Amino acid sequence: MLNNSQDLELNKQILQKLIKLAQIVEDILGRHIVLMEVCGTHTTAISKSGLRSILASYMELRSGPGCPVCVTDQTDIDRIIEMARIPDVVIATFGDMVRVPGTHSSLERERAQGAQVEIFYSPHEAVTFAAKHPDKEIIFLGVGFETTIPAIALSIAEAKRQGIKNYSVLSIHKLVPPVMRALLQDPELHIDGFILPGHVCTITGRKVFDFISSEHNIPAAIAGFEPADIMQAIYLLLEQILHNEAHTVNGYTRLVHEEGNKKAQDIMGEFFQTIDTSWRGFGLVPESGLALRTGFSHYDAATRFSVEIPCSPPPEGCSCGEVLKGKLKPNECPLFAETCTPSNPVGPCMVSSEGACAAHYQYD
Amino acid sequence: MKKESDIILLAHGDGGLLTHQLLEKYFLPSFGNTLLETLTDAASFSVQSEKMAITTDAFVVDPIFFPGGDIGKLSVCGTINDLAVSGAKPLYLTASFILEEGFPIADLERIIVSMADSCQEAGVVIIAGDTKVVGRGQADKIYITTTGVGYVLPEANLGYQRIEPDDCVLVNGPLGNHGLSILLARESFTFDAKVSSDCAALNGITEKLLRQFKGIKFMRDLTRGGLATNAKEIALSAGIDIWLKEAAIPVEDNVKGITEMLGLDPLYLANEGKFLAVVSEKETDDILMYLKTELSSPEACIIGNIRAGKGDVFLKTGLGGTRRLNLLTGTPLPRIC
Repeated sequence: MLNNSQDLELNKQILQKLIKLAQIVEDILGRHIVLMEVCGTHTTAISKSGLRSILASYMELRSGPGCPVCVTDQTDIDRIIEMARIPDVVIATFGDMVRVPGTHSSLERERAQGAQVEIFYSPHEAVTFAAKHPDKEIIFLGVGFETTIPAIALSIAEAKRQGIKNYSVLSIHKLVPPVMRALLQDPELHIDGFILPGHVCTITGRKVFDFISSEHNIPAAIAGFEPADIMQAIYLLLEQILHNEAHTVNGYTRLVHEEGNKKAQDIMGEFFQTIDTSWRGFGLVPESGLALRTGFSHYDAATRFSVEIPCSPPPEGCSCGEVLKGKLKPNECPLFAETCTPSNPVGPCMVSSEGACAAHYQYD
Repeated sequence: MKKESDIILLAHGDGGLLTHQLLEKYFLPSFGNTLLETLTDAASFSVQSEKMAITTDAFVVDPIFFPGGDIGKLSVCGTINDLAVSGAKPLYLTASFILEEGFPIADLERIIVSMADSCQEAGVVIIAGDTKVVGRGQADKIYITTTGVGYVLPEANLGYQRIEPDDCVLVNGPLGNHGLSILLARESFTFDAKVSSDCAALNGITEKLLRQFKGIKFMRDLTRGGLATNAKEIALSAGIDIWLKEAAIPVEDNVKGITEMLGLDPLYLANEGKFLAVVSEKETDDILMYLKTELSSPEACIIGNIRAGKGDVFLKTGLGGTRRLNLLTGTPLPRIC
């Protein structure tokens, strides 16, 4: 929220500057440009601050595969629900996963029927919980991008250090650069610029996203999460579009460096190895997921708890996949706000607070 | 002689000796008043008003003690506030307790004393009550249900039908504290947050306001679902639009910072001592001044106004954009009250 009057004044000035440039770009191109943000936190911030509505006269701000809960494949959701049904298992998770509908159920429904589901704000708390409940098996749902993975790796290190045997992680982690590659392969995609996720880039560094501009000739800008940060990134993109240039630029220099956070990368590498994994809407994306290395199989819930997963077709009529690829705007999905609402969601994009559909429904 | 139990036993709820001991040692000394002390099956009292108001509420908050209050204070203030914002002067409460076997009697005593203090401050008395004990694990520590009775102030004229375009919307102070304080008390956050619940009885303020100003058209306490959900309910029921200004909505800095960090929206967090009032534009300034100077609500402020419409709530953001506010969906946090 922007209440500090000084910040507010500054933000309004930045906005005026941005609108001026946006107007020029629109006049020259003779059309609305389309920018895509690839981060759920940006999706929410853009809607909450009102930027989407303010800039709607000049450009379209579209959401991409940036919400970790949303991109989780239906089969993985069903696997989690099956695991929740194992006696003495406690599913430990960030809150957003609880209401995501699987093919036949959700963690919320399972909990109402006796499954144990605990919400944690950090994986470290889940390790402490495991230590206090030696008679239970704690499965932490490793859902998230580069930003959350190091903390989850450290929770395994901590469990190992304390000799805790009843803690494991179900790794459904996803990596952003590979899915960006997959997205850019799509000939139907028409995006004029990308707003890149500041938190993810803090870990990965800027360089790893160079291919967006060098191989695909599309400008990209890394953005922080204050409205001023996002406006600055959009400004950096507009300048490039105006001059017909394409670079991957860093608009979040106070935290993002060229090579990223080496220590965090090393920790990830020590515990996890990359694998091909399925994304909702994209299918199998090469080298885009992480599995625990074999040395840590005791902490790998996928190895320790094998479950039979029923066939998992995506919910009928749900366009989450198309929304995540930026091909459909949330309100272009036939289910949007009709049969699919936050209180009765059909797909995950309507559940997660960072989901494009939920953000559109709640704020726009 | 056998020492008295320091925890609740099933026998405390059987209506026998231990129930009586509990009553005489803990409930009556704190709640005692002539109506309650008759200990008959029902309390009888006379009314001198044509129009009465009654409300009931169950309290299951977890944790039962939190910064700024406890389940006892909450159970008194919550019910009083429902009467207060309905334009009533609360007179009597009933209180019904469900206790879990093994619950420490010291905690029960602390809760009873807190209820008695809150009643005294608000000028109401508890005139009937009940205590049941359930087996360990069949309830979580303590649940309290209170019912409140009062008479509708003759000056009060509140209702959705009175809300019309150009009316102003005001609140009596900063929002989001109760919901956040419960969340912080429940989770093991390692930072020192210093967020207190705003739990307080509002009847003192609302009674004076209603006696003084005819232009108060509607009031609502901003409990579950927070400002956003309650505003949406009002807009839908009154068939108007509510336009709020983000920059005008009071939220304490620490609440703002922590909610941002946790991805919560203070506009959707529960309050237990805050109300929204829809007032006629003409009287707005006087009402605001009166709230600030006479009713110790220095942070009261106008946060928006009413426009013709179909039940939408719009928030003008600091940047000048517009965002829609909807009903709260899903519980970010169960058992907040």
